[in-house]
Amino acid sequence: METLYLIFIDPFVQMVVEPAFLVEVLIGGLMSGVMYSLVALGFVLIFKASGIFNFAQGIFVLFAALNFVGLMDLGVHPILAFLITVGIMTVLAFAVDRLVLRPLVNQDPIILFMATIGIAFFLEGFGESIWGGDVRPVRVGIPDAALFWEAGFGEILVQSSDLFAGVIAAFLVTVLALFFHFTPVGRALRAVADDHQAALSVGIPLNNIWVIVWAVAGFVALVAGIMWGAKLGVQFALSTIALKALPVLILGGFTSIPGAIIGGLIVGAGEKLFENYWGVPLLEGATEEWFAYIVAMIFLFFRPQGLFGEKIIERV
Amino acid sequence: MLMKKLATAGLAAAVAAGAVGVAQAEDGQYIPVLSYRTGAYAPNGTPFANGYVDYFQLVNERDGGVNGVKFIVEECETGYKTDRGVECYDRLKDKNGGATVLSPWSTGTTYALIEKATNDKIPILSMGYGRTSAADGRVFPYVFNFPSTYWSQATAVVQYIANEMGGLEALKGQRFAFIYLDHPYGREPIPTFDILAERFGFTYDKYPVPPATMTEQKSIWLQIRRTKPAYAIMWGWGAMNSTAVKEAANIKFDMSRFIGNWWSAAEPDVLPAGEGAIGYKGATFNGAGTDYKVFEDLEGMSGLSDDGDRGTVLYNRGMVNAAFIVEAVRLAQEKYGKGKHVSGEQVRWALENIDLSAEDVEALGLTGLMPPTTVTCVNHEGTNPAILVQQWNGTAWEIITDWIPAMTDIVRPLIEQDAAQYAQENDITPRDCS
Repeated sequence: METLYLIFIDPFVQMVVEPAFLVEVLIGGLMSGVMYSLVALGFVLIFKASGIFNFAQGIFVLFAALNFVGLMDLGVHPILAFLITVGIMTVLAFAVDRLVLRPLVNQDPIILFMATIGIAFFLEGFGESIWGGDVRPVRVGIPDAALFWEAGFGEILVQSSDLFAGVIAAFLVTVLALFFHFTPVGRALRAVADDHQAALSVGIPLNNIWVIVWAVAGFVALVAGIMWGAKLGVQFALSTIALKALPVLILGGFTSIPGAIIGGLIVGAGEKLFENYWGVPLLEGATEEWFAYIVAMIFLFFRPQGLFGEKIIERV
Repeated sequence: MLMKKLATAGLAAAVAAGAVGVAQAEDGQYIPVLSYRTGAYAPNGTPFANGYVDYFQLVNERDGGVNGVKFIVEECETGYKTDRGVECYDRLKDKNGGATVLSPWSTGTTYALIEKATNDKIPILSMGYGRTSAADGRVFPYVFNFPSTYWSQATAVVQYIANEMGGLEALKGQRFAFIYLDHPYGREPIPTFDILAERFGFTYDKYPVPPATMTEQKSIWLQIRRTKPAYAIMWGWGAMNSTAVKEAANIKFDMSRFIGNWWSAAEPDVLPAGEGAIGYKGATFNGAGTDYKVFEDLEGMSGLSDDGDRGTVLYNRGMVNAAFIVEAVRLAQEKYGKGKHVSGEQVRWALENIDLSAEDVEALGLTGLMPPTTVTCVNHEGTNPAILVQQWNGTAWEIITDWIPAMTDIVRPLIEQDAAQYAQENDITPRDCS
């Protein structure tokens, strides 16, 4: 009986009695979701253009941030460090295309997926060899103060770095949307995403497109890496954030940029609400490790293509 | 600098594969090192490993080893993963005449190796971590965890908090928060906290942090902001620590009421939080900085690490770990033959008979780093388990207390009870230490 009360009554009573805490949890969750979305965006870009699930995207985030903060530690100006890192990620995209993707063209998707696992291991070791394993704080002037907002029903804590991340994510999505819709390269990317064969038949060079899309994913990884690095310091634990991107993708759809954002917000807010109102009282906490995967699994039962993914209909 | 790093990348890979030793003498004392210089725990694992390896290098170069017997040190990368730790152990244990002693640097790996190492007659020195009840030397003859176990450390931390609040009576009715890595290491002190809570009348909320998502602690700290505990205690490792300190600073938690155990209070744990970390406290048994005689000896030595972490809390602790082993080898040689290679079994005897006074420690140049330690057949934890408390001032750790003794009257019966249960479950007849 007590368990039923803790499941069905108590959480909602608490939400009503302490609305400030509810708002705090909700805002905290949504802001965490934005951070997950930043990582998920990179997965979507590559999957959309090439059908490859890039297991190495989490390491891309870490590798890009490591290069950026490493260059800054060597005395390079942040803007120059940013530009050099964009260059490094572009070179990496070129290397991935030439050394990994081209030799494996026309192989099963699982083979390409396995290849990205290899890329992940290589980049993790390579990055560690060059820059070491220390935690490196990112000091680029991102606001990090705690803001206390006195609402009518209580004091609410909001982290300014979270708000900043939200603005950056919105900006990034806008830029990507404009890029995809109003530039020739963007239109070519969409064409390739729709149909490789048709895109080739009208003269779109597939290989160049793959380099571009991996480079754009590298750029997104750099932005995500800087935001995560400003929050936690650049460290190898960042590579595990890719674990959070997977359920976000399942929810939002592997091919949808808005889906990555909405999926991230759902996962972030959902896991924080569940942890605080159900996880801690009933399960002694630590539910955030698996909650998103359970939600993703339920989604797979009812909407396998995700909220915004393309529904694949195969006729017999 | 960058080019140098690139040029040495291949060499680093070779080290990770376990191919480089600091001495190549065929009959040296072989020290396998289960280090983790990669992955999420590398910020803590690297300085510890550097201090450990550097001290053996120092003894080899400065003294020519122990009575002429040099140490052969070989690293194996575990990534702080138990399965890889066990694999490293299996791969290295019989090399170079057999392992002298093993320090697993992971409670999970220590648990996994207790039986194996005992069968192989290789002593384990889990210095201040690992299975607490291994402190009962009658049941665990090959496992040592001096200078203090987790349970003793937990009681000393509670004693410190009580001292701050005005005595043990002041604990009654207080509410604390316990943030811990959801891993054998983090869970280890919970039975002790339960007993302390019952005895002294306080309550505590448990906040497990899953290893896979240890950088995501927002919910925990929102809960703590809501429950307003009188003190927060942390049993963390790796990126969990720095995340917790940062999140605590974010919610404006009074950092002087936040204390970590001695694996949760080093430089990588506080630096990412910047000024927000000022005031954070931690248990310790060794000082930080380079203002110790042994560092004078390190100056000008070749073959030392160059990661810039000399003098950090964990580098210094790694040195202490190695120093205990060196002294155990020295003691073993005194009994079994000076200038001769000693076996794991002989070093086990020596570890059990360590009796390092303050004068002995001073002679080693380790005063302030290595606590005076006495180990017995019955008591592998050492006879005076205690902690110091240090506080981060924004640039360095400062020790702010004298030694705070553990509540051995509470802990020792628990240790013996748990050891007896282990003996029963594993059909072990406890040794007679009388």
